[in-house]
Amino acid sequence: MALLEVSNLGIAFGGLQAVAQLDLSVEKGHLYGLIGPNGAGKTTVFNMLTGVYKPTEGNIVLDGKDITGKSPELISKAGIARTFQNIRLFSDMTVLDNVKVGMHNQVTYNMWTGILRLPAYKEKEHEMNREAKKLLEIFDLDGEANLKASQLPYGKQRKLEIARALATNPKLLLLDEPAAGMNPNETEELMQTVRSVRDQFGIAILLIEHDMNFVMGICEEITVLDYGRVIARGDGMTIRNNPKVIAAYLGGDD
Amino acid sequence: MQFLTYLINGISLGSVYALIALGYTMVYGIAKMLNFAHGDVIMIGSYVVFFAFGSFGLNPIVSVLLSMVVCTILGITIERVAYRPLRGAPSLAVLITAIGVSYLLQQVAQLLWKSDPKSFKSVVGLQPVSMFGGQLVISGETIVTIAACIVIMIALTLFINHTSTGHAMLAVSEDRGAAQLMGVNVNATISLTFAIGSALAAVAGALLCSSYPTLQPTTGAMPGIKAFVAAVFGGIGSIPGAFIGGILLGVIENLSKAYISTQLSDAIVFMVLIVVLLVKPTGLLGKKINVKV
Repeated sequence: MALLEVSNLGIAFGGLQAVAQLDLSVEKGHLYGLIGPNGAGKTTVFNMLTGVYKPTEGNIVLDGKDITGKSPELISKAGIARTFQNIRLFSDMTVLDNVKVGMHNQVTYNMWTGILRLPAYKEKEHEMNREAKKLLEIFDLDGEANLKASQLPYGKQRKLEIARALATNPKLLLLDEPAAGMNPNETEELMQTVRSVRDQFGIAILLIEHDMNFVMGICEEITVLDYGRVIARGDGMTIRNNPKVIAAYLGGDD
Repeated sequence: MQFLTYLINGISLGSVYALIALGYTMVYGIAKMLNFAHGDVIMIGSYVVFFAFGSFGLNPIVSVLLSMVVCTILGITIERVAYRPLRGAPSLAVLITAIGVSYLLQQVAQLLWKSDPKSFKSVVGLQPVSMFGGQLVISGETIVTIAACIVIMIALTLFINHTSTGHAMLAVSEDRGAAQLMGVNVNATISLTFAIGSALAAVAGALLCSSYPTLQPTTGAMPGIKAFVAAVFGGIGSIPGAFIGGILLGVIENLSKAYISTQLSDAIVFMVLIVVLLVKPTGLLGKKINVKV
């Protein structure tokens, strides 16, 4: 059984069918791409997978558990984490604390232990700090741990979002346009980071991206959406040569 | 020496405002709403102490703890019943609901306990401290109030900045949606905020009525409004802002009572607010709001 099994997923906003009849199967340890022209419904799919929107039809099954329509925090606990198209860090908190918010569900001490700073608190905090710093090292952010998130340059903020998402200990990581606004060097570096995250953590990654070199370069399977429906699926080569995909991007008479 | 007496009493009154203002500012920061029923939670808390300590003769500390429990439950219930169904409604709807809850609490108190003022027995047993050969006398209430405020401020700051639950609160106040996607339970966090705010209101009520010993159903209204002013003064949403705003407000009020006019002291307090907001619209420690275009 696949890690994530999406069947016949759809959502309508009033009369607008934003996504319809979406099937998607994600295996552990693989890299998937979700592409399509602007307004095709890619972020809407992410919002349904993470519980921000409640689908009007279909099912989402993660690791054998039906998570359709569950609240975002329950889905986060179940093992899906994400980043955002427009960065949404906790900008007034430090880089380290941002990552620690991601670890929220792994905390075992209670409020009073925290206020009174009992040994159990110190022990757990040490452990969390260690874990958080390890994550920051992977993204080469350990030198900036005590800066405020808003003080980081743009490319590093994108990386911090990925680190924060990984801190929730996910089985599936959703990246919404991770390379947006990056220069070719940064994009190249990000490709390597995404690959190494997949290898180190053994998780599945599903990403939305407009940078075709990026998507074709790292995704093993690509799903193309247009007007909320899947119009093509396959590896980079198949997608590149699919006439429907070309028509969707460049316009054409179908 | 007289100035010092006025100043210390002002700090004590300001400490009460600060404790109440913390409730306003935390709820505003995390739930993004103005809970105008907060002042009336103080009143309910004071009645609990009045009956537990004054009528049934329980230990004063036990009475205050009991009042904290009652107010915590009351605060969580108000949020659950009146505000949570309006999560996502326009803020004006929530504001009007809060005013409605405020009137409801006042009227219920009037039905239950009548409107005649009760004389509140101080919960503080500490003797006044006399200094400089009796020139400066500080009452036990004043000392306990200031001490309680300082201890609570320190505990709250440690809690917010150094515990995971506190970080979750900060995260919710910055970006509720993103926090939820990181696994933070937003509803539980908001409930906890109301619980903390209401528990502090209970402490503030007991201390306020110990210093100013008349209790009636409208007792919470004026301190509630002033604490709100204090929160705005310090920068609403900011915890140190509520502390500084509260203390300053208490000091300004007491000094203007002493040196300018007793009748005008409230007017002066509100005038100061207007001036501060003209100069610094986000309050003393408020965050600058950057509007992106």
